[in-house]
Formats: sequence, structure tokens, C-alpha cells
Amino acid sequence: MSPDSMTVDHAGHGGTHDDHEPNTVFGFWLYLMTDCILFATIFAGFAVGRHQYAGNVTGKDIFDLKYVGAETALLLISSVTYGFAMINTYQQKMGGLLAWLGVTFLLGAGFVGMEINEFHHLVAEGHGPDKSAFLSAFFTLVGTHGLHVTCGLVWMLVLMVQLTVLRKPLTQAYVHRLMCLSLFWHFLDIVWICVFTLVYLMGVQ
Amino acid sequence: MFGKLTLADIPFDQPIIIGAGGFMGLVVLAVLGAITYFKKWGYIYHEWLTSVDHKKIGAMYIMVALVMLLRGFSDAIMMRTQQAMAHDGLPGYLPPHHYDQIFTAHGTIMIFFMAMPFMIGLMNIAVPLQIGARDVAFPFLNSFSFWLTFVGAILVNVSLVIGEFGQTGWLAYPPLSELKFSPGVGVDYYIWSLQLTGLGTLLTGINFFVTIVKMRAPGMTWMRMPIFTWTIFCTAILIMAAFPILTVTFGMLSLDRYLGMHFFTNELGGNQMMYVNLIWAWGHPEVYILILPAFGVFSEVTPTFSQKRLFGYKAMVLATVAITFLSFVVWLHHFFTMGAGANVNAFFGITTMLISIPTGVKIFNWLFTMYKGRIQFTSMMWWTVGFMITFVIGGMTGVMLAIPGSDWVLHNSLFLIAHFHNVIIGGVLFGYMAGLTYWFPKAFGFKLNEKWGNASFWFWLVGFYVAFMPLYALGFMGMTRRMNHYDNPDWTPYLQVAALGALLVLCGILSTVIQLVVSIRNRNLPEYQDVTGDPWNGRTLEWSTSSPPPFYNFAIIPEVHELDAFNEVKKRGHEARAVPTYSDIHMPRNTPAGFAMALLAGVMGFALIWHIWWLVALMFVSIIGTFIVRSCNDDIDYYVPAEEVARIEGLHRARVASLEMTHVA
Repeated sequence: MSPDSMTVDHAGHGGTHDDHEPNTVFGFWLYLMTDCILFATIFAGFAVGRHQYAGNVTGKDIFDLKYVGAETALLLISSVTYGFAMINTYQQKMGGLLAWLGVTFLLGAGFVGMEINEFHHLVAEGHGPDKSAFLSAFFTLVGTHGLHVTCGLVWMLVLMVQLTVLRKPLTQAYVHRLMCLSLFWHFLDIVWICVFTLVYLMGVQ
Repeated sequence: MFGKLTLADIPFDQPIIIGAGGFMGLVVLAVLGAITYFKKWGYIYHEWLTSVDHKKIGAMYIMVALVMLLRGFSDAIMMRTQQAMAHDGLPGYLPPHHYDQIFTAHGTIMIFFMAMPFMIGLMNIAVPLQIGARDVAFPFLNSFSFWLTFVGAILVNVSLVIGEFGQTGWLAYPPLSELKFSPGVGVDYYIWSLQLTGLGTLLTGINFFVTIVKMRAPGMTWMRMPIFTWTIFCTAILIMAAFPILTVTFGMLSLDRYLGMHFFTNELGGNQMMYVNLIWAWGHPEVYILILPAFGVFSEVTPTFSQKRLFGYKAMVLATVAITFLSFVVWLHHFFTMGAGANVNAFFGITTMLISIPTGVKIFNWLFTMYKGRIQFTSMMWWTVGFMITFVIGGMTGVMLAIPGSDWVLHNSLFLIAHFHNVIIGGVLFGYMAGLTYWFPKAFGFKLNEKWGNASFWFWLVGFYVAFMPLYALGFMGMTRRMNHYDNPDWTPYLQVAALGALLVLCGILSTVIQLVVSIRNRNLPEYQDVTGDPWNGRTLEWSTSSPPPFYNFAIIPEVHELDAFNEVKKRGHEARAVPTYSDIHMPRNTPAGFAMALLAGVMGFALIWHIWWLVALMFVSIIGTFIVRSCNDDIDYYVPAEEVARIEGLHRARVASLEMTHVA
């Protein structure tokens, strides 16, 4: 195979990854489209199972729209605050960027916390995911979204640590990473709007 | 401490399993020993394990595919001999528990660990070169994808010795695959090995889509793209659209099995048919994920060895796109008997038949390409001609099955088995074998032996017909699939002929093994060497660089003005011999991160199978940790200095010149 090519260390020239970087955002957007199909499949599963209560609770019995409304508000506002973080990114203002990322993180963590609390109550009251097809589909759909948000939070935390503790400069590479996370975060908002409508609003009718 | 895993899970009392497992263990030990003895660990680590070079990753994919072909074929020949023996009250030599694992493993391995890696290997080797790119869009991701497939294959093989594999058939239909009816770890091995390789495939799909969209050489418009690249482009779309469905389907089955949920159970509102719908919403596009690249190979091989341009390039592109779309609206033909009603069945029957139209267009395009061509009957051309005849027969039996009325009679019978082997062997396998022979010199710098290549083709072709034509007849005689033994004496002679066919196919596979050995041993002989980089008088850009290409593929990114770009260059006469001016080339650095993350994921899969929860948690954290550490590393690329490029290119030119000198002399 190509002799000595891989072992020779070509010095210098590190830094920017200019001619590949635009691919990152495009590639990540494509990943989001595959994630969209993933969610669509779970939605289809929910549609099949949504009336299969098997003698256990229905959506009307367990959904508290006010509670879920507050949860939704946290997530939607966090999308706005992430937008502010991106504005600061484009202006190369590290302070503003970190502050808005921090706010976004707290709102997202609040959302996940409220969801875990909701799940905990349901399981404690005997309405766990193993009780009916409806509950299986409900826990899986909402839980998958929650897992995605949690991944987004971890990612956000890692970026904040990289930009502060590791003192990484705000290069194109990091701007693109922040853009990818931005796409991810807004995408999860859109998915949540579908969850809120199809699971909760239509569930209490 | 070890979850469900105990020593009793290793079937010491099964001589066949322990024999096969012991043999595999010995081979692995021998390979590891040889690497140590020849002090090649550094080479393996630096040049292969950590490589992000698409050509090496492609070669590794194909190695996995060939090894798994041996494994999958062992299963096949065991089934054929069992059915030839187990008649009239005789039990044969395989107990049902083992036999059921064999047919499950055969299908799973052949699709996920033979055909898929083979296809992805070919596209890794050829696509970046065909479009004049220096690598794929995400080289690190590419390495991660490969190693995920690799650890998936390892898990399947581990199941042979530690525990068991699924006994459910290759798609693991519930409720049989639910915990209640499959309480062992077999289905869990199935799920997690496929989840790992499925993730790898999805990432490959994204990677190649971005590569083809964004990294084509200047001037290569969509309608100047080589057909193989077109088919891979459509395959990438199919992968991105279909594999998330597979992930979710297996995810739901896992939730049923691990957390007692009720997606597909018989109780509490579960719906078994949802699984069947979802798995085929992935499964039918998967069929085209496999066959489109094979069509792409034939579309490269036919013009090259007919020595004229492809007939109907635009029609070929259009047909490929049409098949891509149609492949998503036919999934229900896999279960006409669900009871969806006459109208629904009619819809899916008609869409299924529609697919034969673009496919027929392709067949005629290849035929007209050959028409009045100066055909060179290389082994690749034989594979192509064999494909055209065999695939048409398989396509026609497919149209028969697409008629709901006849499907009600023939479904689940050996007629179906004969049909899909007819198209998968005659289409997918023949295509990949042709592709392997075609691009082998590009990847390794020397050609494969033609005599053994031809032998392989004829054994496969005759073996296929002898093995599967009796199965069509048996289907009409009422024999269903997956039978361990039977009591109808009329079937026995047919099954004995089929077993003979399997033996012929074995000779075909052995011919390929011999072909590889002979070619590697003789690789330095002039008739094997590919000095110019263009051994077949090719038409597309991959033949314009040396064989094997330098790690940066092209010293100077080519400019494309027409379809069949390299052929045009050759027609215009060779470019000026003056040494061009090179500039620095930007390349990604090798990294062990992809290998490490995939290995950890493999261990996590094993821990999930055996419910070793502490290990699951540890591996999960380690994977995330590795990824974060990798993301903190900004030094992931470098520039190859222009002088280094000039040196490598100079060596190649000197080699070509010395060859021309010998010719003159």
C-alpha cells in the first residue's frame, strides 16, 4: 500500500480545517433528517398503540396539561435563548455566548427534570411502561425525546468546558459545532411540538 | 458479577459447535501469533487500525465480507445436507434447536455481514476516486463505521460459542422473538450485533451522501457522474431513509424484552403486525440498497469490456432514481396474507410490478451497450452476462409473487426461497464479485488471476441453478421453508440435487480463495502488475491515478468536461509530459478513536446481551468519554508538502516510463 505515507509526520500547518468544515453542518443536517425518520417511526408506533389501554389508564387520566404546558414553555424559551447565544457567537462575544448557553442549559435541565418527575410519578402510581401498549408507546416516544435533550445538554456542557476551562478560541470549527448544536436544539423543539400536540393535547380529548 | 453468563452457557456437549468454534479460535490465534512473530503490530496499528484512508477501510470491509461469506456458506451447506438427509422419519444430524440457529444466522450473516460490508467496501474504494476527491467527507466517521460493522460481526461469531444465536429466522418476527417464547440470549445477540452494524451503515450513508454532493471534482455535474457513483448516491439516500426505521424497530423489540413493554406482545395491546410492517419498511429498501450498487458495477464493467460508451446513460440514471423511489412503496408485498384487504394488496402488487419496468430498462441498456461492442470476455464480463440471464429469471418469479393471488399459494414456501436467492446470488453476489475483480488492481496494484476467476464464475453459475431450480419445484409441491425434517418422500430427490448444487457453489468459493492466494503469490509477475493504473482501459477517473493510488488519491484534482472523463482525456492524447507544479495537500490525520469507540461499543453490546449492567454503564461512559476527548483534539489534519507530492508522483512516473521502455525494447 502507499509506502511510508502514514508514518511520515508532516510538520506544521495545523489549525483550520477550512475545506472540510462546511460539510460538517450539511452532514449534521442530514443526520437530523435521519433522526426525523427515527422519530416518525416512533410516532407511527404511538399512533398504533395510542388507544390500546389494556384496562389501564388513558391519556385523560394521567396528563396534566398545565404541568406539561410549563414544561413546554421551558423548552421553547430555551430555543430563544440559544438563538441569543448564536448571535453572540457570530459577533465573537465569548461572554455573551457563555451566559446564554448557561441559561439555555438551565432551561433544558429544567425540562428534563420535569419530565423525569412526571415519569417517576406515573411509575410510582402503577402506570409504568409495562402496563399497556399505550403506556409503552407513551414512555418510549416522550423518553426518546428526553434522551435527545439530555444528549444536547451534555454536548452543551462539553462545549462550555472546552471554551472556558480548555480556553479554546472561537475558531470556525467551534462556530460550526455551535451551529450544529443549534440545529439540534431547534429540531428537538419541533419534535416536542409534535409530541405535545399528538400525545398530550389529543390524548386528553 | 457476570449477569446471566455462566460456564454452562458454553455448549461443550455439542461437538459441531465446539468444533467450529475451536477451529475459528485457532485461526484467530494463528493470525495473532503470526502478527506477533513477524513483529507487525506497529504496522497493523498505524496502517490499518487507525487508518482513515477510504481505500484501506474499503479493503478491510471486503475482508470482513469474504470471511463472513465463508461463515454464512457453512450454514448454507449444513442446511442443504440436513434437508437431504432428514427424510422419512430420519432426524438428520442437526437437532432443531441448532438447525433453527443455523438458518437464522445464515440470513443475518449473508445480508448484514457479507453483502453490506462487501457493498460498502466497494463504494469506499471506488467512489472518492470516481469523483476525483481526496477522501470522503468525514474520514474519522468512516473509520468508526467500519469498526462498528466489525464488532457486530465479532458478536455474531461469539454467539456460536458463548450462548446461542436467535432461532427466529433472519428478521426475528415477534411474538416468537419476544421474551416469553425466546427466553435465551439468542435474540439479544441478534439485536445488538445488528444495532451496532446498523449504526455504522447509517453513518456511512450520511458520509457518502455528503461526499458525493459536496466533493465532486470541478466540472463534474450531476449528469457527468459515473453510474456507479449514481447508484451509490441513491443507495446512500435509501440507507438514510431506511436504517432509522430498523433502529427503532429493534429498539422497540429490545424494550419489550428488557423492560417488559408491549409493542409487539400478544398481551396488553401489543401488535405483532406493527413489527412486520416496520421491519419491511426497512427491509424492502434494503433489497435495493444491495442491488443498486451491483447494477452500478455492471454499468461500469459492461462499457469497459465492450469498449464503447454506456448505452442510455440518462435512462440508466432515471431508472436508478425511479427504483429508489418505488422501493419505498412496495413493502406490504412481503405479507400479502396479513389481511389488509383486496384493494391494499392490489396497490402493493401493482407498485411491485412497476419496479420491473426501470429494471428492464437497465437490462436493455446493458445489452445495447454490448451490441456491436468489441467484447472482451474477462471474468467480470462473464459475471455480468451470467447476471443478466439469471436476474431476469429471478425477476420474473418475483413478478409472479407480486400477484397477491399466487402469493397466497406460494408464500413461505421454497418457491420464495428460490426467488430471492435467484436475485440475490444472480444479482448482488455476481455484481460484487465482478466489482471485486474490477477494482482489485486499483486497490492493491496487481490483477487477480483470470483462470480461477472464471472457474469461480462457472461453479457459482451452475451451482446456483442446480441448487435452486429444484427449490422452485419443491415450492409448487408444497414444501415450506425452514423445515428441520419432513415425511414426504417425493421431496427427497429434489433436495439431494439441491445439496449437490451447494457443493458446486462450495467449489466456486474455493476457486475464489485459490484465486486470491495465487494472485497474491504472483503479484510481482509482469502479467499481474498494474503499473499504469489503468489495467482495463477504463473510462472513469479512478483509472487516471496510480494503482494503488497515493494516499491523497490525486496530486492535482482533475477537471471534468464530459461524461467518462478519463476516456476523453485519453482520446485527446496524453497530457503534456512536463512535470506539473504541485501544491500542498490537506489531509486528515489517522486516529485510534474510531477503533476504540467501536471496540467499547462491542463490549457494551456483549454486556447488554448478558445483562452485565455495571459493564454496560462503564462502557457507555467510556464511549462518551473517548468521543469528548477526541473532540478536544484540534490537531486532526495536516498538509502534505508539495515536495513530498512531487517525490511520490515522480516515483510513479519513473515506473510507468520504465515499463514503456521495456515495451519498446
